[in-house]
Amino acid sequence: MLRYFLRRLAGAIPTLFIIVTLSFFLVRIAPGGPFDEERSLPPEILANLQSAYGLDQPVWAQYVRYMRGVLHGDFGPSFRYKDFTVTELIAQGFPVTFELGTIALALALAVGIPLGAFAALHRYSAADYAAVSLAAAGIAIPSFVLLPLLALLFGVYLHWLPVAGWEAGSIRHLALPVFALSLPPLAYIVRLTRGGMLEVLGSPFIRTALAKGLPLRSVIARHALRPALVPVAGYLAPAVASIMTGSLVVESIAGLPGVGRYLVQGALNRDYTLVLGMVILYSALLIAMGLLVDLLYAWLDPRVRFER
Amino acid sequence: MSAGPWREAARELWANKAAVAALLVLALLVAAAILGPPLSPNDPETLDWTHVAADPGFAHAHWFGTDRLGRDLFVRTLAGARVSMAVGLIAGVVSLGLGLAFGAVAGYVGGRTDDLMMRFIEIMSGLPLIFFVIFLTVIFGRNQFALFIAIGAVGWLTTARIVRGQTLSIRRQEYIEAAVASGAGTPRIIWKHVVPNVIGPVVIYATLTVPQIMLFESFLSFLGLGIQEPSASLGTLIAEGAGEMEAAPWMLLAPGLFLALLLVSLNIFGDGLRDAFDFRERR
Repeated sequence: MLRYFLRRLAGAIPTLFIIVTLSFFLVRIAPGGPFDEERSLPPEILANLQSAYGLDQPVWAQYVRYMRGVLHGDFGPSFRYKDFTVTELIAQGFPVTFELGTIALALALAVGIPLGAFAALHRYSAADYAAVSLAAAGIAIPSFVLLPLLALLFGVYLHWLPVAGWEAGSIRHLALPVFALSLPPLAYIVRLTRGGMLEVLGSPFIRTALAKGLPLRSVIARHALRPALVPVAGYLAPAVASIMTGSLVVESIAGLPGVGRYLVQGALNRDYTLVLGMVILYSALLIAMGLLVDLLYAWLDPRVRFER
Repeated sequence: MSAGPWREAARELWANKAAVAALLVLALLVAAAILGPPLSPNDPETLDWTHVAADPGFAHAHWFGTDRLGRDLFVRTLAGARVSMAVGLIAGVVSLGLGLAFGAVAGYVGGRTDDLMMRFIEIMSGLPLIFFVIFLTVIFGRNQFALFIAIGAVGWLTTARIVRGQTLSIRRQEYIEAAVASGAGTPRIIWKHVVPNVIGPVVIYATLTVPQIMLFESFLSFLGLGIQEPSASLGTLIAEGAGEMEAAPWMLLAPGLFLALLLVSLNIFGDGLRDAFDFRERR
């Protein structure tokens, strides 16, 4: 199993390499450059700036230089945030994004799994219909609609929570963005747990366990829950992706100082190094999540083997 | 083929009250988006300086109120919904076409080609595709045609998988063998025999792709990367409304609730459709 894990880890490196290379050339195909201003710069200054950032060299030379830096953990200077390196910008903002994202994911799992299991166990009850409706609404209502509506209700009208903004360590400031961010994955998790549970409950080994006279509670906890969670494990990587994309808008609506804004702003400003840094960060996170999911599969379903 | 299985699926769908209700709401929303703008006395881009940021109400002609520039929100929401629906349909067709072509070729040709093509799908679905779409929209800027393609390119991976599965299951059937025996070339077989026989389930799946695409379009528009001024989609209207939320909440509520209602009903109807047809396949 360790060998399998190491092989998967080694396989992730070429994937990451392809992603970075593709992104490197894609942002450079885009017309315009990082130093385009409303008033165009005098040509001498522009030439100086470009040589300072190595933009006067051919693209492949820039590529080699950039990749060499990345291998040494240096993501280069930001082109737009003067005096900041990309590493510094990400190190400042990422803890906020990370906190927001992990709490949202934890909430989605902690609420979604019990709710989905409960709905499956009480099929066609009022609680089941409520859970299924919540799931339908959660999948369809985008976080950028939900968050402003919640801010309007709880912030502007009721004054229970701050409308936007950020204070380190303040849960009140995180409550609404976390909720808005976690609702879509929560809805999917309810659906998947409910579906998985219904399927497992109908299978012969559960019937056997019940026929032996085991109490329902322990049949569910010891036999049904683990296999029923296999589809949820498969959804974890997409869930992280959904939270990442959601955080792009949620952070800007809630005024949180995370890294979400850097991706879109960086791409619009042609801040090449910042965009690439974000792509590397997000891709590495997603790939790591994929690896984690594989390990989880093995724990949830012992029939999964690490052969290939 | 008799009409039997279709009729049965239709009956199954009709018995699903949630799906029927969703279809009714959907029909209402689509009719409003199509008929609303030409029938309304207001125009989505005309400025009414006597009613700037007016409350919703029936006292003046602006039922949903107006925005900062005095543009009528009722008509703007419906016109924006038109744009969102058009994007959903066009990008949905793009993703359907891509997935159909890719999946049918991979499934029918099989062997090493299939392995390679499926490996490609696997890698693509592991990538953060949204970042590439953001790049593409930034690169091609205001070109809305490129926007449709970029959004459609996101949804086709699952479609391709479904088509391949369906193709594998019909590949060994007699009518395909007969076509091979009568000397038809591979492209002809794929186009004339494989595609028509796998298209049913895929079209049903597409009803679930369309709301995803519309969600994604409004997400991009919300970020300022999608539909550009002066035309507006629900996403751009929501972005405008979120900025004015405290002073003029109706600017957020009108397009926000419209989009939510549209997506919920599309999803419920799509689910119902899929259940009805799955039922047919199971027996």
